[in-house]
Amino acid sequence: MARIIVVTSGKGGVGKTTTSAAIAMGLAKAGHKTAVIDFDVGLRNLDLILGCERRVVYDFINVINGEASLNQALIRDKNCNLLYILPASQTRDKDALTEEGVGRVLDELSKDFAYIVCDSPAGIEKGANLALYFADDAFVVTNPEVSSVRDSDRMLGILSSKSRRAERNEDPIKEYLLLTRYDADRVKSGEMLSLEDVQEILSLELLGIIPESKSVLSASNAGIPVILDEKSEAGQAYADVVARYLGEKRPHRFIDAKHGFLRRLFGGRK
Amino acid sequence: MLNTPPALEFKSSTFFAPILILYTHDMVAIEQTLQEKINLAPEFFRDSPLIIDLRELNKLNQDLDFVQITQLLRRIGFFPVGIRGGNEQQNKQARTLSIPIDTVREQGNPITIGEAQKQEAVPEVTVAKESISPIAAPPQTPVAATLITQPIRSGQRIYASGDLIILSQVSAGAEIMAEGNIHVYNTLRGRALAGVHGNTAARIFCFDLQAELISIAGDYKTSEDLNKQTYKNPVQIYLQNHALIIKEIA
Repeated sequence: MARIIVVTSGKGGVGKTTTSAAIAMGLAKAGHKTAVIDFDVGLRNLDLILGCERRVVYDFINVINGEASLNQALIRDKNCNLLYILPASQTRDKDALTEEGVGRVLDELSKDFAYIVCDSPAGIEKGANLALYFADDAFVVTNPEVSSVRDSDRMLGILSSKSRRAERNEDPIKEYLLLTRYDADRVKSGEMLSLEDVQEILSLELLGIIPESKSVLSASNAGIPVILDEKSEAGQAYADVVARYLGEKRPHRFIDAKHGFLRRLFGGRK
Repeated sequence: MLNTPPALEFKSSTFFAPILILYTHDMVAIEQTLQEKINLAPEFFRDSPLIIDLRELNKLNQDLDFVQITQLLRRIGFFPVGIRGGNEQQNKQARTLSIPIDTVREQGNPITIGEAQKQEAVPEVTVAKESISPIAAPPQTPVAATLITQPIRSGQRIYASGDLIILSQVSAGAEIMAEGNIHVYNTLRGRALAGVHGNTAARIFCFDLQAELISIAGDYKTSEDLNKQTYKNPVQIYLQNHALIIKEIA
């Protein structure tokens, strides 16, 4: 049985797709067969971030509608042969997703994969609700600003009430916090919420802080998940996130503005 | 959401209505005495709602046809709106007539007008002030408190028909409502509404007051009106002469 992870936030533009691509790659690199599904039907992006947009033939909706088999639609990543991508349809909208269809696809994937990462669209409508409905774990991606924190809080409410686990009275979805686009200098000057400010409201288990980094944008444009850029702080931060999720104890870094020994040691660049 | 007015809303309120306590099932005697009473104060009794109390009558084992008494009362200008202390048969008749049934609670004797007349003769008409509920009161069963240990997130709504006890935080944008008291043993950032059915004795207790809105029995304050001194402090909130009092718990 696969572990189903939803990457969600409520708010748009906080880094859900970047995170989905990075952690899916990280899990695959760690030796786990991983599938990553783009739930953002109509606004397909994940394939771009993973650099497989030119190999998309069939998509998630084709599989749901029985127009293609799962094997036909899954795209194997060219950097890691344990990572598979199920792209969203660009020509349809979220109404094409059905609970029954999504459940069927996830069941079929579960037989063969260790992890399934669901890249949720923004909002709290059908696409987002179906992305989280079957989840076992949730990565709540939050930026250090008030509107993002409130939307994450709203999402956490939905996670605890509208998931399959909640409906069946099973153990709740395990929720983790991922604080992205974190700029320690701006936190220090009071322009951004600090980790404590965010945690005061959300009080979740922190899986990692992803520092604001130019390497994220260049990685996205190049179609290479940022986690593969081992020299960048964001890449290292995502590697920490995956390691922590898999049970490894790693101290949190990139919290403070002072350029400590880690930065000198790794020669990290912004 | 706030821009469109809702189609309706429920509010709780109490009304005063006279109670007619009957000591005989003699319809002629009842009508006669009622007429005398009405003649004394015709304005007072005109179109008056009336609750029919049959406790005394049933103690005397005098059987009374409820349909008949209702017809009589309506004919002379009363609006029977409730029955109390009726037997099974009378309650059944009341239900057919769509007249709410009040279950009798143990209370002190209602104040009677004209003590002197009491010995004089049956029938006796007694006017007492008593609150009635517009709907037949359900049997009074104690409502258990609702206990919540999970955080209440933005957008979630919790309603408790009794007291509400929350051990986790209540986020901004969440709404907690209780017909009784509200206890939040953590930070309260959302909206808290206690005594939503009009219980003015309801209170709100919280460890850390940062609420967006607090309300007891419809009287409310928004965070803008909250005193800086009590902000982020453990407090209790109660109602005094329609004013919300926020008091620090030492």
